[in-house]
Amino acid sequence: MDNVHAFGAASGQAARVDGVFLLILVIGVFFFFLTQGMLIYFAVKYRRRLPDRDNETPTITGNPLFEFLWILIPSLVVVAIFYYGWRVYTDQRIPVAGATEVHVNARQWMYEIKYPDGRTAINEIRVPAGKPVKFILSATDVLHGFYLPDFRVKMDMIPGRVTTLWVQPDRPGSYQIYCTVYCGTGHSNMLARLVVMPQREYAEWVEHGGREGGEHEPLAVRGERIVKNAGCLNCHAVEGKEKIGPNFRGLYGSKVPLEDGKSVTADEEFLRESIVDPGAKVVKGYPNVMPTFKATLPREDTDAVVEYLKTLK
Amino acid sequence: MSGHTGEHADPAVAFESAKLGVWTFLATEVLLFGALFTAYTVFRMQYPEMFRVEHAKLDRVLGAVNTVVLITSSLMVVLGVDAIKRGKARLLEACFGATILLAAAFLCVKYVEYAAKFHHGIYPRTNIFFSIYFMLTGLHGVHVLLGMGLLSYVIVLSRRGRLSADYFTPAEMSGLYWHFVDLVWIYLFPLLYLIG
Amino acid sequence: MPVETESGNGRGYLTERGWRSWAFTLDHKRIGAMYLWSTIVFFLIGGVFALLLRLELLSPQAKYFSNHTYNVFFTLHGSMMIFLFIIPAIPSGLGNFFVPLHIGARDVAFPRLNLASYWVFAAGFLVIIGSLVAPMDTGWTFYTPYSAKSAAAVTTLSLGIFLIGMSSILTGLNFLVTIHKMRAPGMTWHRLPLFIWGMYATSIIQVVATPVVGVTFLLLAAERLLGVGFFDPSKGGDPVLFQHFFWFYSHPVVYVMILPAMGIVSEVIPVFSRKPIFGYDAIAYSSLAIAFIGFLVWGHHMFTSGMSPLANAIFSFLTFFVAVPTAVKVFNWIATLYKGSITFESPMLYALTFIFLFIVGGLTGPFLGALATNVQLHDTYFVVAHFHYTMMGGTVMGFFAGLHYWFPKMTGKMLNEKVARAAWALVFVGFNVTFFTMFIHVENVISTIGSAVLAAGILLMCWNFLQGLRKGAPAPANPWRALTLEWKAASPPDTENFHEIPVVTEWPYGYGTPKA
Repeated sequence: MDNVHAFGAASGQAARVDGVFLLILVIGVFFFFLTQGMLIYFAVKYRRRLPDRDNETPTITGNPLFEFLWILIPSLVVVAIFYYGWRVYTDQRIPVAGATEVHVNARQWMYEIKYPDGRTAINEIRVPAGKPVKFILSATDVLHGFYLPDFRVKMDMIPGRVTTLWVQPDRPGSYQIYCTVYCGTGHSNMLARLVVMPQREYAEWVEHGGREGGEHEPLAVRGERIVKNAGCLNCHAVEGKEKIGPNFRGLYGSKVPLEDGKSVTADEEFLRESIVDPGAKVVKGYPNVMPTFKATLPREDTDAVVEYLKTLK
Repeated sequence: MSGHTGEHADPAVAFESAKLGVWTFLATEVLLFGALFTAYTVFRMQYPEMFRVEHAKLDRVLGAVNTVVLITSSLMVVLGVDAIKRGKARLLEACFGATILLAAAFLCVKYVEYAAKFHHGIYPRTNIFFSIYFMLTGLHGVHVLLGMGLLSYVIVLSRRGRLSADYFTPAEMSGLYWHFVDLVWIYLFPLLYLIG
Repeated sequence: MPVETESGNGRGYLTERGWRSWAFTLDHKRIGAMYLWSTIVFFLIGGVFALLLRLELLSPQAKYFSNHTYNVFFTLHGSMMIFLFIIPAIPSGLGNFFVPLHIGARDVAFPRLNLASYWVFAAGFLVIIGSLVAPMDTGWTFYTPYSAKSAAAVTTLSLGIFLIGMSSILTGLNFLVTIHKMRAPGMTWHRLPLFIWGMYATSIIQVVATPVVGVTFLLLAAERLLGVGFFDPSKGGDPVLFQHFFWFYSHPVVYVMILPAMGIVSEVIPVFSRKPIFGYDAIAYSSLAIAFIGFLVWGHHMFTSGMSPLANAIFSFLTFFVAVPTAVKVFNWIATLYKGSITFESPMLYALTFIFLFIVGGLTGPFLGALATNVQLHDTYFVVAHFHYTMMGGTVMGFFAGLHYWFPKMTGKMLNEKVARAAWALVFVGFNVTFFTMFIHVENVISTIGSAVLAAGILLMCWNFLQGLRKGAPAPANPWRALTLEWKAASPPDTENFHEIPVVTEWPYGYGTPKA
């Protein structure tokens, strides 16, 4: 994760956080050179000159003036840093009026998004540039995190509680969202994007039902894109070394042994059911941990995923 | 409790050290129970109605009986320590013996209470109030049990003739611990059983 | 008081042989030595986990280990280093050995309790090792709900950590009473060595903070065993409550880690500068101030957990004030060097390294204490770099300084200085290469190379210790010409420490050429 600052600030608020960082950096560098400089300078200058005789050393046990100053000055400096950090933070916590509210719920290992008009998405949030957005954050199972480094904001997502975060995205672009609270094996793959669109493009996108890709995008291509973005690959590999769930290649059409001893063919109906009600038929040898996508993937998207899986022979 | 070398040749230093040690230990116990009392406060503020309803399910009579039992046991300890300070080892043993019996009675009453709760399907996992009730009284009960062991050890020391008017440190220190255990219950009882 | 020459066979407290003389010893020096051996072994094991992590981090995808195994490794690295190494090493190891010697006592106030503390520690680590049948992958912070739901041996691990905590409390309690009640005649509070002031402040923290983490782990075990729901939202509990309880201990505990190391630095710097320590009172009181303020700031680990902006502001404000007494120490150590007569034996190299690296670690603190920047940097590698600079660049370097400084006293042998310095150089370079880039941009390949150099340095240092034990030149009682009381005892000291309890008439930092 990059801690690169001073560039990439995606909002005015982010730039102000960078200002705090810069202040602390300048003060820190100053004291660094002051103290390290004196440390090294004294260590060298006052080294013992003769191999078997000490230099003459004065018996200095204190200096009230210096000691007072180096309590007073650091105290004033830290109060200043506190104050500046606090002011910028307070602005960050209090959302601007009229912010659009987007609900984001985290679960292992994906972000489920719900827009005010009822549209849902997984791992991708689209907003228009120039308008403030407030994220209403929650979690289903364990603690998760919501971190937008380009905006310099972060908030934990806590089961049983609602937390909030707001940003004012000014520049169009695609910004990374990370999960920053360790949440299990899929934690480092738990990623999302905040896509900020110019207002006109955003309006067009909403008009087209909020779907990415052209109207004539082949279903399987769309399915592949969804599989990549909706977090499926956190638990399923296409091929090769297996992760938590079965691999996808060769799945469609194969005979699948179930936990209860029965066996089924992985046809379209089976694949569809596995997405919306994964606990109905658990494949033998795998844990029953797959979450349901019933509320978050609309029917056409589930169909697209199934079409994509059919291409993986 | 004294040093293995001649360092504690001065019994006054040994006694003072033991006292400071026990008080420091009691400070750690305050923090141990303090964390649980903090949890109690947090959840009580969050769920006042639930606490009101649930706490009524506790048996105040049994709780009061236990309070009287423990306070009496502390009295017995005071008498015992006073006895050995006057050189009366047998009296010390009798008083501490009485304390242990009273402590056993306390634990019996708690057993009755717990059994009744389980019988009614109320367990630590039932709700937050009972989680706190069982954790607090459970931890307290463990301390009562350990205290009984400590007091028994003092009786053994006395029977071996090791305690006298000149050396009664183990008795006094155990007494301090016992008073603390009693004190925790004095807070526990009203907070859990009485406050509506 | 004349320096004591060793009596008999020159083996002092090490004379008696046989495992029983160790297992049932009441001698604080032997107990300290047992803690040192144990904690150093755990340091090396925890270090191996770190090297495995760095190996895996050479490539972006899971290469050598599965995700789960990697997560277990970082949990074990953190937990072992914190609970089994860095908390006990200086206080229970070097502290047990030297606190009585520093104050002119024959032993601690409660020697049997001291032995019990070691056996409780041993029980704790055995239980923790037992939990490895189903190792945790939660990270050393064990946040709920994940830790409560985990398939790992949480209950066992919780019990193990509870026992380790109990050992810590017993040690702290023992030292508090020892320092209060068993100082030699004439050893006033203002003639105490600064290591003792550091240990005193540390003991206060251990006694006050550790019980809270004990209860926290007890409650976590209760969630598993009894279905208790303090931290479980589905039962009305609050996951953030766990964080409050956990950090109420875990923040003060970082001062348990650093204060003894700072105490060692305060001992070593004057000796190897041949100058009195500058600002003794300030350094002594600053230890107490750090301990006190340290209890008030735990919320700064939780700024993004949904706490109110007011609570966050209070915690941030108080957090900055820990920096002031800390800075005072740093300035005073540097001022001690002024017009000194400085030599660079291995204890001094590590003490100077402590100051250098701790300044870096400390100056990265304000970024984390300030609210606006904390939000950006929380849960990132910046924090990892910050705490490795303070805990490893600080405490561990201080520990190494103490080991080198006191090696002659503990063992009666001298170390090979050349090898010690070579190891130091590898450690210094390796450490910086591993951790510095994490403040800016994680460079995994560079960090991994650095970690190999660091490991080489540490192994060389350990080898040097073993060689010193076997074949080191006999050590005089006071090879560093130091003035604190331990150097009046023989090297190694007799079981009873001193032939006669010393009567103290002077401040122990009277170095410096007397004015004519």
